[in-house]
Amino acid sequence: MGVELHEVSLSYPGTDLVIDSLTAQIDDGEFVAVLGASGCGKSSLLNMIAGLLQPTSGWLEVPHDGAAFMFQDGNLLPWLSAADNISLALKLGGYPADLRDARVAELLNLVQLRHAGNKKPHELSGGMRQRVALARSLAQDRQVLLMDEPFAALDAITRDMLHEELHNLWQQTGKTIIFVTHNVREAIRLSERILVLSSHPGRILETRRISAQLRNDPAQSAALADELTTILRKEQRKHERTSAAS
Amino acid sequence: MSALAQQVSSPTVKADKLRRHMTSLDSVLAPIITVIVLLSLWQIVSWAAPIRSDLLPGPGAIVAKLPEMLANGSLLGAVGTSLFRALSGFLLAVLIATPVALLLAHHPLLRKGLGPLISAMQVLPSIAWVPAAIILFGLSNATIYMVLLLGAVPSIINGLLSGIDLIPPQYRALSQVLGADKRQHIWHVELPAALPGYVAGLRQGWAFAWRSLMAAELIAVGGALSLGVGSLLQRGRDLADLPLVILVILVILFVGVLIELFCFAPVERKLLRDRGINRTGGKNV
Repeated sequence: MGVELHEVSLSYPGTDLVIDSLTAQIDDGEFVAVLGASGCGKSSLLNMIAGLLQPTSGWLEVPHDGAAFMFQDGNLLPWLSAADNISLALKLGGYPADLRDARVAELLNLVQLRHAGNKKPHELSGGMRQRVALARSLAQDRQVLLMDEPFAALDAITRDMLHEELHNLWQQTGKTIIFVTHNVREAIRLSERILVLSSHPGRILETRRISAQLRNDPAQSAALADELTTILRKEQRKHERTSAAS
Repeated sequence: MSALAQQVSSPTVKADKLRRHMTSLDSVLAPIITVIVLLSLWQIVSWAAPIRSDLLPGPGAIVAKLPEMLANGSLLGAVGTSLFRALSGFLLAVLIATPVALLLAHHPLLRKGLGPLISAMQVLPSIAWVPAAIILFGLSNATIYMVLLLGAVPSIINGLLSGIDLIPPQYRALSQVLGADKRQHIWHVELPAALPGYVAGLRQGWAFAWRSLMAAELIAVGGALSLGVGSLLQRGRDLADLPLVILVILVILFVGVLIELFCFAPVERKLLRDRGINRTGGKNV
């Protein structure tokens, strides 16, 4: 089962609409990127799907066991080692205690951190921390995985490596992934479909399917990146004008 | 790493080590030299000043008092009694303050009502409670413990509360996403996250407990009460024995600093180190 949003709106108390009547269907096993300029409500949308925020109106349907979530900065608990961060997710998810260590080792292996299980988050590089966060979100063992700009703070080389790993993981696990980003090239490289959000309030402006052929053709993907960047710039300027006026 | 890089980094690492070594040496030597200078000045003033030696005893007279106090056992006995009271009272304060702080943290209305009262109690000098405690409990250990608890409990409550207040909101979101119930959130996320603030509160709570105990022992003397360090101060006053009074003051200071140095400082250092936070609050990333 995927995720369905029907006429979903969100506003914070005392503010204008953040998301306005958004309708979308994300199929089971699909990789969807939500692309938008800063402050367009992408993260709020993800928080609603995760159950961290309640929509002001409309309804949404997610699998009964909810969705796993990967935060922008990893959000690892600094007093726990990499292995313990993952183990906590298993414990809170009700995973049997006697099988937990083996599963942690398996997940660390999956994100290529076999030898870093004992390290605390501050002893890991930014890329390694995000790998631990990814392993922790996989430990939640839910069909839907929500990712809130998880690679935004990483350098280009690390980001490139993690893109590849995430793509492989998605193909291996068949999870439904909703990936929020403001990086057009990242969205084209990773997803099967891109939803472009407008700025303030967030509405779906454009929907683009990304075929394997388009993704692998540098000329086509560059043309699409230019087109989407132009749309985002226009939205960003609109957002800045609205902010200045208010 | 290239040979050139190694050549460049090796002297830098050595210089860094030397600088760190010198800094830690400075931090030990500077207070020792200051104390030696102050003691020398004090001794010179006591020799030179035209005041009776019993009214301005020098450090020598204080040190000379020590063997006598150790020989008759009164100093060690008093230190033992006070330390037992302080540590058991402090433990009791922790057991009371911790659940109260958790309760207040999770019930905003209760916190709105009781929070200002607890902060006000922290401001009130604990010596003000001594007469009331004596009226209620007479000259007994209950009087001492009441004053100590009223001094320590508010600091520990406020320490844990501020530790909880400073927890980044995304930790709550994480708990929710991982499916933690309220008890699991408190145990696995909230308490460990609030630990640095909690330890700071415990540290302050200990200082308040020790001060409150001295105030209580100074006033509540006699009856069923055994002699504590504070009572020894009172005895020195009764006998107009200034060397004894100054010796006891130094012992009180010494015990307080010792607990601070060997109990709280290492725990706090370890906590911050484990979280990659340096002492100025920055992250060692």
